[in-house]
Amino acid sequence: MHILLDQLWIIIALPLVGSAINGLLGRKFPKPVVNTVAIGALALSFLCALEAVREFLAAGQATVFHTYFTWIHAGIFQVDFRLQMDQLTVVMLLVVTFVSLLVHIYSTGYMAHEEGYYRFFSYLNLFVFFMLILVLAANVVLLFVGWEGVGLCSYLLVGFWFLKPSAISAGKKAFITTRIGDFGFTVGILLLFWTFKSVDYVEIFKKASTMPVEAWGLGGTLTVICLLLFTGAVGKSAQLPLYVWLPDAMEGPTPVSALIHAATMVTAGVYMVARMNPLFSRAPLALFVVALIGALTAFFAATIGLLQTDIKKVLAYSTVSQLGYMFLACGVGAYASGIFHLMTHAFFKGLLFLAAGSVIHAMGGDQEMPHMGGLRTKIPITFWTMLIATLAIAGIPGFAGFFSKDAILEAAKDGPNANFWLWLLGVVAAGMTSFYMFRLIFLTFFGKPRYDEHKVHVHESPYNMTGPLIVLAILSTIGGWFAAPHLVGGPDYFTNFLHPVFAAYAPETGTAVSEAAGEAASPAILLFHALTGWPVIVGLLGLALAWWFYIKSPDTPKKLAQSLSGPYTLIHNKYYVDEIYGFLIIQPLLWISTNVLWHFVDEGVIDGTVNGTARVARETGSHVREIQSGNARSYATWVVIGGAGVTVLMLGLWGMVR
Amino acid sequence: MNFSVIPISYYLVLSAVLFGLGLLAFVFKRNIITIFMAIELMLNAVNLAFVAFARAHNQLDGLVFVFFVIVVAACEAAVGLAIVISVYVNRQTLNIERINLLKF
Repeated sequence: MHILLDQLWIIIALPLVGSAINGLLGRKFPKPVVNTVAIGALALSFLCALEAVREFLAAGQATVFHTYFTWIHAGIFQVDFRLQMDQLTVVMLLVVTFVSLLVHIYSTGYMAHEEGYYRFFSYLNLFVFFMLILVLAANVVLLFVGWEGVGLCSYLLVGFWFLKPSAISAGKKAFITTRIGDFGFTVGILLLFWTFKSVDYVEIFKKASTMPVEAWGLGGTLTVICLLLFTGAVGKSAQLPLYVWLPDAMEGPTPVSALIHAATMVTAGVYMVARMNPLFSRAPLALFVVALIGALTAFFAATIGLLQTDIKKVLAYSTVSQLGYMFLACGVGAYASGIFHLMTHAFFKGLLFLAAGSVIHAMGGDQEMPHMGGLRTKIPITFWTMLIATLAIAGIPGFAGFFSKDAILEAAKDGPNANFWLWLLGVVAAGMTSFYMFRLIFLTFFGKPRYDEHKVHVHESPYNMTGPLIVLAILSTIGGWFAAPHLVGGPDYFTNFLHPVFAAYAPETGTAVSEAAGEAASPAILLFHALTGWPVIVGLLGLALAWWFYIKSPDTPKKLAQSLSGPYTLIHNKYYVDEIYGFLIIQPLLWISTNVLWHFVDEGVIDGTVNGTARVARETGSHVREIQSGNARSYATWVVIGGAGVTVLMLGLWGMVR
Repeated sequence: MNFSVIPISYYLVLSAVLFGLGLLAFVFKRNIITIFMAIELMLNAVNLAFVAFARAHNQLDGLVFVFFVIVVAACEAAVGLAIVISVYVNRQTLNIERINLLKF
């Protein structure tokens, strides 16, 4: 009956096989074969996931666990290769496999003329493999395997054009910055094992559910564990203060940005926090930190996004900002809303990146928005799909982002852990999101062309690129309607679907998913309130302001920049965060590494010891060898002295024995 | 004749004196053949000590050792004299000061 539900490993193994075939043999393959292997593996994986989900739903949504083999067993420390399927996994599994499939198809067009075509697809398949391990894992250590694996693939793909120095250093920056977070994550895992004597989710959650909700303050173990785990999420999901790697990661090919740095990998932190909800719900301080970091990041990254001119950089800061929303949702206890936004964000931000890739493709590689303009009629499919994604991210009613963002802000205002200031940050960031996204649309697609029309031959992308755009545009529109009945007082199907995951081990007084509020009001009034709420108003304001600035009177931005030159310079230079980090952390580290670790420890102590030993041996040898003069008589003397020495020694020993 | 009236110390002193003479000759003489003879002298001094101990303790072990030493000394004489001859053939001298190639 359960054909694939019992064989979850097949879903994981298929991308690995695809990656191995392309990676080991792909060099000799013609491109169609590479495509068939990579896309075939993923399509099969997606179909298997669909079938497994169907079986899961048919079997009454009971959480499924399967232990395939024991990986590590030392004393009481046991790690199994154990996979699980519950409602949260279902969402992640479908999002990851489906968006990956679309990005793979898109890449066949976007990467068609690149060197290392097979290598790209091998890495991409490998990424999906690790991402699926991450979402299917049933224990923390296996999660960490996926967690690090996707980090590795991110590094490989950001530095895909490894002849470009900026790409190489961006890859290193991505890897090292996330490594800082991963250090906290590792310590968190160790502390988890120390506390619960197990790394298995169910074991941990069962034991945690017997623990009380901790008070505010750093004393509680759960609080410390949660904060450490969240450190990992901060690195992986590019939150303050470790977000700096994500904008640089835009050096990678655009499909990579869409898949890894928008739709899937960077959301791993959100997934992890949601997965660990029984722990976070019992650590109010950690939860507040999550919400605070999320809200601050959402706001802060949005301000930087306002002034970026590189089309991909705008989207990168937008991603950082949207990830902040997801953490804000988790932090105020609305895990389901966080995951909901994760899903809709995967659709519309994946689409935005792919569409931006299509624009860049059309522009012949130029990413600067000031060089574009008037592309609306030249590349209509890209324009319309990107417009839909922009409407979705701006929270315009009817599109996916509206439902998820509204749910998050509602939870921040009225939810169990509501906080007015966090809500305010979220709302202002929503307005800025709308502004910078429409600014992108207006600069890119409207106005007069600012590029040299004789040199740049703008052309619509081929079908294998526009196809995924259209599919994602459809999802960006309808992907949020699960929650639509909620607006008129009905059930929120998405939240209800995820409810078991977040209710199973929830503390009794704590942050259980809130019941639908306001039964008394009539559907029409509820709908009216939802459509005229602050998120919608600021969204429309952002749209209007962008229209005013970039269509109606294009001189306004310049004048405003001159009159507000201080803040303008600050934001234009991204608050000098990279420079501050460089001055405060990187320069001192470099100094210590150069002067202490290199010149003193390595050259002085280590080399000194090794060379010193050699020099002592050489010096001793050069003196001692003079004894061997060649004169036979001197040898005779040495024999006598030696004999005498042995005799004295024997006599001495004999004396001691006696 | 009653050997037992002669104390063992006499034999040992004689042995020591002979060994000492041999040692001195071994270190200070120049002619290789003389050095060679000095070695024989030391060996026989040791033999004397062995025999004296064997007699004093009424045990055969010392005598067995003496036979071994004599056998080794005979072999050594054969090999050693061959070396001496070969050295003379090559260097036309038996002065130990001139034989100085045995080095690094």
